Amino acid sequence: MPKVKIHRKSTFIDMTAMCDVAFLLLTFFMLTSNFTKKEATTVNTPASISEIKIPERNIMLVLVDAKGKVFFGIDGQENRKALLEKMGTTYNVSFTPDELKEFSLINSFGVPMNGMKSFLALKPEERDASVNAIGIPCDSIDNQFKNWVSAARSISADYRIAIKADQSTAYPIIKKLMGTMQDLKENRYNLITSLETSADLEIK
Amino acid sequence: MAEIAQNHRIGRKKGRTKKLSTRVDFTPMVDLGFLLITFFMLATTLNKPQTMEIALPSKDKLSEEDQTKVKASRTITILLGKDNKAYYYEGTRENGVDPVLHPTDYSPTGLRQYLIRKNYEVMVKVRELKAEKEKKKFSEEEFETRRTAITKDKKAPIVLIRATDDSVYRNLIDVLDEMAICNIDRYAIADISPFDLDLIAKLNTETLSANGTK
Repeated sequence: MPKVKIHRKSTFIDMTAMCDVAFLLLTFFMLTSNFTKKEATTVNTPASISEIKIPERNIMLVLVDAKGKVFFGIDGQENRKALLEKMGTTYNVSFTPDELKEFSLINSFGVPMNGMKSFLALKPEERDASVNAIGIPCDSIDNQFKNWVSAARSISADYRIAIKADQSTAYPIIKKLMGTMQDLKENRYNLITSLETSADLEIK
Repeated sequence: MAEIAQNHRIGRKKGRTKKLSTRVDFTPMVDLGFLLITFFMLATTLNKPQTMEIALPSKDKLSEEDQTKVKASRTITILLGKDNKAYYYEGTRENGVDPVLHPTDYSPTGLRQYLIRKNYEVMVKVRELKAEKEKKKFSEEEFETRRTAITKDKKAPIVLIRATDDSVYRNLIDVLDEMAICNIDRYAIADISPFDLDLIAKLNTETLSANGTK
């Protein structure tokens, strides 16, 4: 019997081209990306036709979730430290350097001042739990939100206030926030929205 | 896995060198590339959030004089009701006669159509200006000044936005959007008055009784 020769085929595929494509895409994504900042709550913003982009820096973010809980955050780690110290003196709470450092890493938070110390002691993963995110009090009896805004404003005059509220947030809460802002003579602010697609702008 | 085939320097003949095989297995590199792509795709926000700039008057500036400056006949009041309903009326109570309250919604055929009808001249002018801008390419500032000159026209309506406590944030954004679409520069967000609530309540009972008789 003659031997049957099995011809071995080479399975070597040239991956160079694919590699090129992969890295090209990678470069694109690296250059265009700006990372999603973790926010204390998920907010589903309403759509609008406004096309003004929000500036990247100097934002004083006011988050309002669907249930009306208010969250607050500013950017800049040094400013955050200064902010917490200032708030600490207002409310007679002293913070350790560790707590200040911890606070400077938080993008936005929603705790009243008396719960701030225990909030900072928590692990970052635990902070998002609904028990720990109860919102900043902003009613007329205990308007901590007002103090936060005025404290942040005294640290830097460049901050722009941006309100990011959920589309189903009840209006009275927004009204309350706007009223508070009016009291502080903060009359210009931004409302964060998402882009509405295919807005029909034809004159009928 | 990356393997470079070794060249075998066997039998050099007449000074000819055997060609080096430079084939490198790129598969792991491709893997790595796609892994990183996936990471960046998931970690990024490609679209930056949009924003709407609003400026509200400060509380102490709102004196009686400022409030009465607005001619009542030129105003349109938009009331934001519950369940995404909106209402509008023109003018105010005159000689003991209540203005007629019209129910509407936030769709393009609702509130927008009405506002466009009301602000038609201004909208046409702004449109012409935009077309002109495309052609002539004049500066953004000049466009803005000319645009405000048009929108500040005496005949243009003044809109008062009054939201009831039952409305949601989205309704407010929708109405502010309509202002931008219809080129209405003169609008104010005001508090709801008992008079407005009365009008809504009256309208609701009327429609209820109208439905009942059918």
